[in-house]
Amino acid sequence: MNDVRTFIEENTSKQLLRISTAGSVDDGKSTLIGRLLADSKNIYEDHLSSLKKLVRDDEAPDLALLLDGLKAEREQGITIDVAYRYFSTPKRKFIIADTPGHEQYTRNMATGASTANLSIVLVDARNGVLTQSRRHAFIASLLGISHIIVAVNKMDLVGYEEATYESIKQDFLDYAAKLNITDIRVIPVSALNGDNVVSKSSHMPWYTGQSILEILEDVQFLSDRNMIDLRFPVQYVLRPNQDFRSYAGTVASGVIRPGDEILVLPGQIRSRVKSIVTYDGDLELAFPPMSISMQLEDEVDVSRGDMIVHPNNLPRSERHFEAMVVWMDETPMNPGGHYAIKHATQTARVHIDHMEYSIDVDTLHKKQAGHLALNEIGRVALTTVRPLFFDPYSKNRQTGCFILSDYLTNHTVGAGMIIDRLPGDRTPRDVDRIAESAAVMSGVKSSVSTKDRRLQYGQDPCTIWLTGLVGSGKSEIAFALEKALQEQSFAVVVLDGATVRSGLSRDLGFSAPDQAEHLRRVAEMSRILNDNGLIVIASFLSPSEEIRQQVAALIGKDRYVEVFVEASVAWCKAHDTSGCYDLFQRGELKNLAGMDYPYEAPESPDLKIAREYEQDGASVRRILEHLEESGKLDPRHGKGQQKSSSSS
Amino acid sequence: MSNYSISHLQQLEAESIHILREVASEFEHPVMMYSVGKDSSVMLRLAQKAFFPQKLPFPLLHVDTGFKFKDMYTFRDRMASELGAELVVHRNETAITDGANPFDLGTQRCCGLLKTQALLDALKAGDYDAAIGGARREEEKSRAKERVFSFRDQFGQWDPKSQRPELWNLYNCQIAQGESIRVFPLSNWTELDIWMYIDKEDIPVVPMYFAREQDVVVRGEQLIPIDATTRMLPGEKSERICCRFRTLGCSPCTGAIRSDAKSVADIIAEMMTVRISERSTRIIDHDQEGSMELKKREGYF
Repeated sequence: MNDVRTFIEENTSKQLLRISTAGSVDDGKSTLIGRLLADSKNIYEDHLSSLKKLVRDDEAPDLALLLDGLKAEREQGITIDVAYRYFSTPKRKFIIADTPGHEQYTRNMATGASTANLSIVLVDARNGVLTQSRRHAFIASLLGISHIIVAVNKMDLVGYEEATYESIKQDFLDYAAKLNITDIRVIPVSALNGDNVVSKSSHMPWYTGQSILEILEDVQFLSDRNMIDLRFPVQYVLRPNQDFRSYAGTVASGVIRPGDEILVLPGQIRSRVKSIVTYDGDLELAFPPMSISMQLEDEVDVSRGDMIVHPNNLPRSERHFEAMVVWMDETPMNPGGHYAIKHATQTARVHIDHMEYSIDVDTLHKKQAGHLALNEIGRVALTTVRPLFFDPYSKNRQTGCFILSDYLTNHTVGAGMIIDRLPGDRTPRDVDRIAESAAVMSGVKSSVSTKDRRLQYGQDPCTIWLTGLVGSGKSEIAFALEKALQEQSFAVVVLDGATVRSGLSRDLGFSAPDQAEHLRRVAEMSRILNDNGLIVIASFLSPSEEIRQQVAALIGKDRYVEVFVEASVAWCKAHDTSGCYDLFQRGELKNLAGMDYPYEAPESPDLKIAREYEQDGASVRRILEHLEESGKLDPRHGKGQQKSSSSS
Repeated sequence: MSNYSISHLQQLEAESIHILREVASEFEHPVMMYSVGKDSSVMLRLAQKAFFPQKLPFPLLHVDTGFKFKDMYTFRDRMASELGAELVVHRNETAITDGANPFDLGTQRCCGLLKTQALLDALKAGDYDAAIGGARREEEKSRAKERVFSFRDQFGQWDPKSQRPELWNLYNCQIAQGESIRVFPLSNWTELDIWMYIDKEDIPVVPMYFAREQDVVVRGEQLIPIDATTRMLPGEKSERICCRFRTLGCSPCTGAIRSDAKSVADIIAEMMTVRISERSTRIIDHDQEGSMELKKREGYF
């Protein structure tokens, strides 16, 4: 009885090591796993006995057959998917993700490697390092595995020769120098005979290193985790009653303690951790991969997809990023298409911006490619509809990974490892393509038509888009025009940078992609207001013809009235009240149109206002005249007339 | 928790909790299969932990063949009421009324009607889009390749050749109308892990797991306990043997093993010395080579 208690005590405090194996069909990978399982006494007796029915009695049980789970595969004689195996020793519990080596199955190798701490790569001693072994090492390195065991198998068939082993070892290390793997051990083995698998072989006295199992039991892998950067993706909100609320999730990285000051993204809400709540009582600290829930000091609005971090250590919060993507579906990637991305606990719509290159996994050569097909790997730039909170995969496996799924088939089509955000000068400045993604199927529709609204307001809704430099006085004209229209009982709304940036676009900065997104929102808002019958006066710098055209397309060309507020830079500087030019002079502001950033004057605006020579009143009158002439305003409605008396 | 390290059991626990929370977040009508066995008991405790201090956000579903042991029904009802969980019991009443039984139909057909068909009907009746089950990859060969989130078409069928790749802890939960997902939070647990966890957490299990003297029929390597439904084959006689159940299924089809293990620690001790794969005491798995895979394709858990 005491023995059992001792056994239990010892076995509840074991470490868990996850392994992926990869090997070609004939490398003897299954035999090696079978050997590990058999020799660590974990193959149950009846598994062995049912196996005996499949092989002739005079042969030793084929260890590889034991591992082939599915019937179809047994018929084909190969393993075709990822199979998980379990065994343990008194020191550790092991989970093996057994993945096939056939070249069709890069997908499965990546799958197995995604959760592994260590990878075993098989090499047939007779053949040396073939492309398949190289591919496995590359994928292991791509998926962030820092420990690799190279098992040089079938040493019995090359007479246990040291020279053969040394030459293979050198070949492999030469190749691996190009990869990012910190810990590589090359071991001569014979899986069939058990040499150097569990215990050291007497056949190869020249080999002084450890056996495979010895390494599996000893390898230090806990330091591979990121314990620095706290990332807690909120997975589920627990709210058993009105007085209790806690945020459940798995600690992706870093360490969290009660009392820690935290920041919730994307809301930028600050609070403190009140307690870490679990079924087994409150905890003093939590770290990966623990699943916990935490209460905060303040009543804040937090939901699934948010991320809790330390305020002085933030992840990237970006919509544009680059990633290495492994394509996993029969249908190739649709460049320029949309997919669903799942990252941490967020699912969002993502656009494939462009392919940088694909990688030949055998040679590591980069090549130009327009898309990725099944089992291909490439570097891709992507844009999500809302920011993801991520870290580069090389820094943080948990917040650097994502999967892509197809909207139609729901298949998991790709897996990605984020390299980093896109540098500002390479992000797409494209308003229109992002807007496409918002063109989702509409459900219930309003029963009030645009025509009804036109009758009600006596106006043909449009957006008067004022473009011009900072300090050109766009907003003055906008508000003067608003007043004039309002006095005539027209229904009108002004959108300007200050208003929109303080709310709708408060999450956006002044980088080119953020500017594009900001204007996309303004354009969307204008369209909605127009759809509802209102006239919009939009006052935005909008420095390029391309952006203005995209805005016009979103709003609708016939509703878009472009007014160019023209003034020289010198005049604008002199009349500027925003302080932008002063900031620029002091070097505190960049990308200021007219200074270090180009302002393209509109090619054919509907109206041009010579700001330096014209009074506000005159400008407003000219705009009103233009609107009346183009039939946007019903003259019978305006001039202070009552709506109810318009029946005559 | 020294060196910021947690044990393998704590890691398995954390992984299962993550999976359960993911199901509750991503699906509209999840349900947890409750089969009353030890794996179900562990799963229930994990669900309590995942949603503490809230109640379970999904009901428990027991697919009842009518052939379960009496102890199992008692235990089931006790657990559901202790947890305050909603318990849905589903039976294929038509087949039960028609007298479906393994003696006349054979285990394959009987299982098909009372388990697989009943399960599919129950999932349809409850409009469940995700069914959480206690299967473990280690249990049986065809399960080793099963995903944690396993996709089923609108007929509840599994296609082993077109499974969604599963990477990191990112589970694809997208399905179309009528399709569903089977979720296996215990995928990476072994039988030993289960018992170690039951011991560590002091989780209640059906007393049938513990050895006692009882009347059985010895049939091949199986010990079949004698109760009202038992039919003796010619030449068989009842014997009194100290035995216990390693898995709990239907009374006519579940064999006991000779054992003196009267506590969880005894069972763990027994496991260290007796190495027999646990499902081998379930008659159904041995009917046909690859039988489990066939059943799974059709919709069996």
